[in-house]
Amino acid sequence: MLLNQFLILSAVLFCIGVYGVLARRNAVLVLMSIEMLLNAVNINLVAFSTRWGVSGQVFALFIIAVAAAEVGVGLAIVLLIYRNRTSIDLDELDEMKG
Amino acid sequence: MLDYVWIIPALPALSFVLILLFGKRLPKGGSEVGIALVGAAFVLSVIVGVQWIDRVESADSAEHAGAESAELEEQPVSTEETEGELIESETAAGSSGAFADVEPECSQAATAVDVDEAAQASHGTATAPSAEGGEGGHEAAPETQPVVRCVTWFETSGGDVTAGTMVDGLSVMMIFVVSFISLLVHIYSTDYVSGDRRYTHFFAFLSLFTASMLLLVLSSNTLQMMVGWELVGLCSFVLIGHWWEDKPNSDAALKAFITNRVGDIGLLVGVSIMFFAAGGTFSILDINIAAETGVMSHGWALAASVALMFAVMSKSGQFFLHTWLPDAMAGPTPVSALIHAATMVVAGVFLIARLYSVFWEGFQIFGSDINFMAFIGGFTTIIGALLAFAQKDIKKVLAYSTISQLGYMVMALGVGAWTAAVFHLFTHAFFKACLFLGAGSMSNAAHHSFDMVDDYGGLKKYMPITFWTYLISTLALAGLPPLAGFWSKDEILAGTGSLTEANGNYHLMLIFGGLTALLTAAYMFRTIWYSFYGQYRGHGTPQESGPRITAPLVILATFAVLAGFVNAPWWEFFKDWVEPVGAYFPGEIVHAEFNIGLAALSTALGLTGIALAFLYFWRGLGPHGLTAENRFARGGYLFLERKYYLDWLYEDVIVAAVKGPIARATYWINQRVIDRVVDEAGRTSVRAGKLVYEYVDQKVVDTVVNGSGVAAEESGEELRRIQTGRVQQYAALLFAAAAILGAIFVFVIG
Repeated sequence: MLLNQFLILSAVLFCIGVYGVLARRNAVLVLMSIEMLLNAVNINLVAFSTRWGVSGQVFALFIIAVAAAEVGVGLAIVLLIYRNRTSIDLDELDEMKG
Repeated sequence: MLDYVWIIPALPALSFVLILLFGKRLPKGGSEVGIALVGAAFVLSVIVGVQWIDRVESADSAEHAGAESAELEEQPVSTEETEGELIESETAAGSSGAFADVEPECSQAATAVDVDEAAQASHGTATAPSAEGGEGGHEAAPETQPVVRCVTWFETSGGDVTAGTMVDGLSVMMIFVVSFISLLVHIYSTDYVSGDRRYTHFFAFLSLFTASMLLLVLSSNTLQMMVGWELVGLCSFVLIGHWWEDKPNSDAALKAFITNRVGDIGLLVGVSIMFFAAGGTFSILDINIAAETGVMSHGWALAASVALMFAVMSKSGQFFLHTWLPDAMAGPTPVSALIHAATMVVAGVFLIARLYSVFWEGFQIFGSDINFMAFIGGFTTIIGALLAFAQKDIKKVLAYSTISQLGYMVMALGVGAWTAAVFHLFTHAFFKACLFLGAGSMSNAAHHSFDMVDDYGGLKKYMPITFWTYLISTLALAGLPPLAGFWSKDEILAGTGSLTEANGNYHLMLIFGGLTALLTAAYMFRTIWYSFYGQYRGHGTPQESGPRITAPLVILATFAVLAGFVNAPWWEFFKDWVEPVGAYFPGEIVHAEFNIGLAALSTALGLTGIALAFLYFWRGLGPHGLTAENRFARGGYLFLERKYYLDWLYEDVIVAAVKGPIARATYWINQRVIDRVVDEAGRTSVRAGKLVYEYVDQKVVDTVVNGSGVAAEESGEELRRIQTGRVQQYAALLFAAAAILGAIFVFVIG
């Protein structure tokens, strides 16, 4: 069935995203992976909306808007970190260590 | 309009706020706002008056057709409060009771009386609730009943307290008088206080005063009435002390405020007693019905009446709390006319008239010869009239005259002549305001002096309009027919029941009233002699005042001539329109018939007073210089000039005693007794505190506190290691946790 294929696509994207978030050391790539996670969720929502009405699509629109805001803030932070330290390696950013 | 009368006090209140905020920036300093909004309030008052009269008239015609036909009168669904808050009101559709136009939440009477009447109707022979069986007397067409509208003011566990308006003949008459005189005084003031450094402030408080007085007379419950009562007291204080830079003015303001405070305690006590004695209600309607049906026992009604009489004595300047009123003349003249003659000082009279059933039961007015209220009123009227002879300041003469006339009203209420008292309030407002404004006009001409003996004289030819209006008002005050004062004064004298059939046999009150009629005519002609005849004794050449001063004088003088006819014995409009009908007003009240002999007697007394004054001053007859020759006469004059030594009694005896010996004795007791107790208590608690510190605080509490601190520190040291500062490690933990949670949902719960 068509729905399964969408769900599988979504799951694959999600796994790639999780891998990116956990394993990459470049902050920009981590942000991109987060976007991928969100879009995996979007695909899920839109796929299910074929069966349970349009509210899933509405959610997806919201998520796109919020994701745009999130990536804007995230990139700004990354830019500032780069200016201060000339590096965006996440492993070096452990000032909050207890 | 009868449902929305709350707009009437709201307009001047709005004017107060607007003038305070923007008055200084307006071209005329805020007076135009005051005049416009008070004028609007006056127009609305007239509309309300016309509608009320309509209601009464249609009720009269409906009475013949049968009162029951008015059962299905439609009820408004909601009312709106001043704050704009909307509250649903239950519609009492089809209620056939005596109070069809009272919202149920405003008054228990709206429902309670219904039940009684329904029971009576179904059982036919059921006993009437009132002891006299006078229920039949209370029966009337619903239209003449008061219109009561209210909203919840605040909620308590003992029931909600409401705020609202009560429209009946009395309040309609009062709002007309208050807004009318206030409007004229506003216009007059634009000339009189022009150029004053607190011009804007003056108009703001005139508006606030008007608003509070309208609030007071429209209140539907005693608590709201107290608010209005205190507000007018405040405005009086502010306006008496308008020129506070001079010490005597601010002293006079303080004296007025503090004397009123003495009486306000009486009001507080009276309102509390009525609240409990009437079964926990502040509603004026319910309180009156409770007094009328005997729910409020005679003892409680008496206690409440005596307490309220103190409030009346202070606010309406009755003996022995009247001393503030002459001093209040320190304020600007328009204020004296508005507040200290026409409106505020009648608040006390209004209070009695409003809660008349309580006083009626409390003082047993029906069928007795004398009571506290009648005596206080009668005594005040005569001592006020006597004091007016010993004054040089024209405004003080008028102030004592006001005291005397207020005494007349209180006396009339005391003898049961309700309509006569309220009618006298109505007519007195016009001619007394006219007299005060006339005095102000003269002082304008005579360089702001009020000393008629030294600075006036011969003003007749300089100020013809002031002279004629003053003369007409004087004749009205003296009670000569057919001017306004004649009809109302005569009704009061008839109401004493001494010569005619009325509520009792108050012979003493008739003597007081008759003597005062003579004295009033004499002292008023004394002011006319000093002001308008003889040689001008002031500086410069006096001139007639401008149109903004003379126009109000002419209007008021016209009313002084005509106002009396509304209750002339062959018409009696005033009685029909103003006197309440229904269970909240004494049912057995008797109206004295017009008595031509009594009218002739009172007119003769007034003419005698004028003749005596004429002979003494104009012809120079009689014992001039008696005070210089005769010791007794001098003593008597001094006694009057010192105002019966009441001020001396209050200041040098009571206040000095409190300041001197009583204060010292209190200090001694304080040092020796109270301080010792306090010291002992202090020492004991110090010892107890030490014990607690050693055993409880140090041993128990500190251990627990320290222990928790140590535990937190150590656990924190362990948990610190988890916080690596590496974001991806946190993310890994997050995803792991989410995965575990998801697994639980899928495999365990689902």
